[in-house]
Amino acid sequence: MNNADIGWMLLSTALVLLMTPALAFFYGGLVRSKNALNTMMMSFVALGPVAVVWALIGYSLAFSPGHPAIGSLSFAGLRGVGMEAQGAIPHLLFMAFQGTFAIITPALISGAVVERMRFNAYLAFIVLWVVLVYAPVAHWVWGGGFLASIGALDFAGGAVVHVNAASAALVAALVIGPRKDYGRHAILPHNVPFTMLGAGLLWFGWFGFNAGSALSAGTTATLAFTNTLLGPAATLAAWTMIDMVRGGTVTAVGAATAIVVGLVVVTPAAGFISPISAIVMGALGAAPSYFALIYRAKTRLDDSLDVVAAHGLGGATGAILTGVFAQAAWSGGARGLIDGHPAQVLTQVASVLIVMTYSGAATFGILKALALVMPLRIADRHEKLGLDVANHGEEAYTHGDGAILVPAHRSLGVGGKPKEAVSAQSAADVIAVQSRGGA
Amino acid sequence: MKLIVAVIRPEQLSDVLEALFHAEVRGLTISRVQGHGGEMEHVENYRGTSVKMALAEKVRLEIGVSNHFVQPTIDAILAGARTGEVGDGKIMVLPIEKIVRIRTGEEDQDAVTPVQPVESIE
Repeated sequence: MNNADIGWMLLSTALVLLMTPALAFFYGGLVRSKNALNTMMMSFVALGPVAVVWALIGYSLAFSPGHPAIGSLSFAGLRGVGMEAQGAIPHLLFMAFQGTFAIITPALISGAVVERMRFNAYLAFIVLWVVLVYAPVAHWVWGGGFLASIGALDFAGGAVVHVNAASAALVAALVIGPRKDYGRHAILPHNVPFTMLGAGLLWFGWFGFNAGSALSAGTTATLAFTNTLLGPAATLAAWTMIDMVRGGTVTAVGAATAIVVGLVVVTPAAGFISPISAIVMGALGAAPSYFALIYRAKTRLDDSLDVVAAHGLGGATGAILTGVFAQAAWSGGARGLIDGHPAQVLTQVASVLIVMTYSGAATFGILKALALVMPLRIADRHEKLGLDVANHGEEAYTHGDGAILVPAHRSLGVGGKPKEAVSAQSAADVIAVQSRGGA
Repeated sequence: MKLIVAVIRPEQLSDVLEALFHAEVRGLTISRVQGHGGEMEHVENYRGTSVKMALAEKVRLEIGVSNHFVQPTIDAILAGARTGEVGDGKIMVLPIEKIVRIRTGEEDQDAVTPVQPVESIE
């Protein structure tokens, strides 16, 4: 081990961690102001319980030697995860780096269910999902599982992160159902600058996601880093051209989306392809997502923030094109179609289909099981009111007009029932009782 | 001629506008307001501070109409704004002394009669 590798991986871990708050801004800007905090919290909250569950059990299931389908519990509770070398870096650092991937993947799913899923149900869902879906899929590809054995290429998580999250998102959107206003009223982004800020920070963090996936600070990291610059650049350029050719205007929300799509497309290929291939891949990756977004909005599928179009199609396109553009001269071994190994394309297609199927089926099972013990959706009148007030007892943009300070002893419910609770009648009153005692 | 002032829930605005346009009511002004109409306050918490939000977000519509449009306008607002919960708002009908259309100088009845169908903007 040398300190250059360790230094780069420490930094990469912090960069990937920043992507989750960045996602919160990206998603938060796209919803209505009454749901801004709830949407941002769906990403932020993954930083807590998901990271803890990852350290206690998820990491072991994903990365300890075990069955081809799933790891064992030998690293549970971080037993045996210390300063010994795991490749070029300490095992503990490898665990932390992988943890940041486990955090953002379930957060990506939230884009499909914003503005109507109950926060408590969402929390339970992502904790179960990271253990039951993310950990095994990560094991298949990166932990010595069966997709690694058949030679599937996934440099930084096209299938493990993006196809996986998007398949879950599709199923979640179908199980939870569309928003009441979907297709009836215009639902517009309340803060496009937030979305652009989020896209910018995601790109910045993604240098850690892709170049960090080299797991050392060498030439592979350099290649992945460069491709993370050029791939999304080409997607943004292609997206802009499609906008103009179609006679429309070049939109800011479109540009922010293009950047994310480009990042997703280049992710599985980042360390395997030439920089010129990254440009070609990035450009090719624009069209499927572009037209899927337009088509999706005309359907009854309320995948509200287009997780399927951006991460599903982008991830699948990237994973399959990795089988086309991988070159031994750049990857140091892995070869695709243009390097005389056409069978790699089929391997890539198979890996996408397997991940998609498992993630979709398992997500369906988790949600249906949760529905037996708790409602997944908030009440219709709370959906109208907005989840910020209904589920969090806060507002994103309040001027404090008409806010009356509640004396501390009453807000904690000490000294008998608060007056409001006794006369509880209206919807707003139920909320008042629910939010009492929250911090 | 009457001035119809309605205070409604913001989340019902789209439904109300749809109903009004359906009833051929084509001229209106809205503003975002805050008010208290007997509904229970909800409590919000920011770190250690708990507050009762005594004022709720509302939308106020102002619509100048000729007499035979008063009832259709009221009906449209009722259809769009009613949820059945406390806090749905109020409709007030006020007499108007004079109306002038600025573009033409037309007055009163003529000023609130649309001269041509509203054309959609490309």
